[in-house]
Amino acid sequence: MVVLDIETEDGQREALRRMLTIRAFDTKAADLFSDGELPGFVHLYVGEEAVGVGACSALESDDYITSTHRGHGHCIAKGLDPDLMMAELFGKANGYCNGKGGSMHIADVDAGMLGANGIVGAGPPLATGAALTSHLKGEDTVALAFFGDGAVAQGQVHEAINLAATWDLPAVFLVENNQYGEATPVEKQHNVQNLSETAEAYNIPGFTVDGMDITAVYEAVKEARKRAADGEGPTFIEAETYRYHGHFEGDQQPYRTEEDVAIWKDRDAIESFKRRLVDAGTITGAEFDEMKAEIDQQIEDAVGKAKDAAYPDPSEAYEDMFNAAVPEISDFSSGMRADGGEDR
Amino acid sequence: MSTETSSGTGPDRTKEMTIREAIRLALREELERDDDVFVMGEDVGAFGGVYEVTGDLVEQFGEERVRDTPISEAGFMGAAVGAAATGTRPVVEIMFSDFIGVCSEQIINQMAKNRYMFGGKTEMPVTVRTTEGGGSGAASQHSGTIHTWFAHFPGVMAVAPATPASAKGLLKSAIRSDDPVIVFENKQIYEQKGEVPLDDDFTIPIGTASVEREGEDVTVVATQRMVGESLELAEELAGQTSVEVIDLRSLYPMDTDTLVESVKKTGRLVIADESPLSYGTHAEVATRVMENAFYSLDAPIQRVGVADVHIPFSPALEEEVLPHGSDVEAAINRIV
Repeated sequence: MVVLDIETEDGQREALRRMLTIRAFDTKAADLFSDGELPGFVHLYVGEEAVGVGACSALESDDYITSTHRGHGHCIAKGLDPDLMMAELFGKANGYCNGKGGSMHIADVDAGMLGANGIVGAGPPLATGAALTSHLKGEDTVALAFFGDGAVAQGQVHEAINLAATWDLPAVFLVENNQYGEATPVEKQHNVQNLSETAEAYNIPGFTVDGMDITAVYEAVKEARKRAADGEGPTFIEAETYRYHGHFEGDQQPYRTEEDVAIWKDRDAIESFKRRLVDAGTITGAEFDEMKAEIDQQIEDAVGKAKDAAYPDPSEAYEDMFNAAVPEISDFSSGMRADGGEDR
Repeated sequence: MSTETSSGTGPDRTKEMTIREAIRLALREELERDDDVFVMGEDVGAFGGVYEVTGDLVEQFGEERVRDTPISEAGFMGAAVGAAATGTRPVVEIMFSDFIGVCSEQIINQMAKNRYMFGGKTEMPVTVRTTEGGGSGAASQHSGTIHTWFAHFPGVMAVAPATPASAKGLLKSAIRSDDPVIVFENKQIYEQKGEVPLDDDFTIPIGTASVEREGEDVTVVATQRMVGESLELAEELAGQTSVEVIDLRSLYPMDTDTLVESVKKTGRLVIADESPLSYGTHAEVATRVMENAFYSLDAPIQRVGVADVHIPFSPALEEEVLPHGSDVEAAINRIV
């Protein structure tokens, strides 16, 4: 895997590649959903790419992240394979979760991705737990929780931060303030100007950074990671960003205007990062176009492979509940229910 | 059960101790055996646990591994899930099972579902210990018997010890399991004594019931406190009615075979469990017996539990609602 180190030119190109991959992946997911090709719900990360990629570029490869219902971007930023993600979106056997999780539950624990999560606010306690493992085992790993502005109103988020702060655990709490908790604007959900003010309650550092600027996110997380790894406890970072799509695909978005969206699109994170890299000579316009075309093709290929892949065998529905076999499930799946009990 | 005493030798050596001591012994042995095991909960450290179960463990293992938490069940339950997914084996104490209401999100939507949702690509070796049961005058928010919720909910194993030996053996199996297990400890029987195997590797497999007393006329399938009271009753009735008493021990998975085999022999079944009667543990036992031993039944199945009310405060009211051996006796008299 290419190392994502934004302080090198290779790393900057890799960061740009991952941002473009997220956008291509989720733009394609939107098309597939509107064409009725994807089951379930999808929540897309388009517009927020600088947060996921900026944060993951400040992490070490064996660090842990927890994610949200809007998790595709975090997966790609952490280095997960778009082919296996797309297969999961289609519910195919070769997807990350063998088709059992779908868009909202993509996970790769071995890669440090502890799961997208359908419950708003459930990720931070898991990150506190991963940080507790690191602390107890004397490891160098750090756990970063991505969560949304909406989750800041959830009690368990505050409990997770309080635990990590009280125990000086190596955790980073990163709020992606995309301005809306589902369909309700952030100012109607919270009584603070900046969500990072939350940090004061836990006596930990809190910062609000421009989430449309990958470098700003990277630098904040880099510093937070260092504090965490040095045993100085967690940091609370708010990244101000924007989702270009609705809360879910199909959301009619009566809560905002096209003008509102346009203001943020003018500050597009990919466009501004690309401009900076071109100005610095890190990448040429032609190389950028080539990279984008290559990624678009990669995502097209991922869709093709996902469509061609096999669905899980129906019997797989009865696998993976437990490590140990339980007769309640194995008897059912082996047809005992259909045949009745032994006396029938 | 072995009746050897602590003066015996070898792997079969046993010692008489209380359920509380047996649980503490299991925790101590597993903390010694595996550095990845740690205990976490409210006042489990220097205070020793509200029911003095963790006792002096903090002195041997330190504050890192016998970890006091804030009063923050959702936070530390979630932290246990995250810790288990990343390589440790947390043993969480939820002081009263009623408090599980505060942290059920992390149990229901994370601990119970992650392995399945991730296609089996994570383990979830979390053990949750919690207390159940009325009889302390503690009123409705500190007296509930809620184990049916989690025996019902897919993705969680649920066990409920009734004797010191099963308290040790089930807890050790729970801690060694790579699956989430909730251990429901009835708080009224912590002082109950019995012989406990001292072997470090003594475990009781989750999913096994135990025939505690053999009989011919009626089967009583009981849990927790009701096991001891049913055994006392069986002794009193000996000579007139031969009562077989089974300790269910494992609520999920359930040892259907042992229950069915017994009812095929006796033809009669009483189910005694302190949880509310509707949609409950009783119903699950009854259904399994009906599905597998219907033609062996000579009489309607009887349920002994709590009517669908909460546990009230006043001793007069609490005593009214809690099931006892006398209720089991009345149930037996209805069908034998």
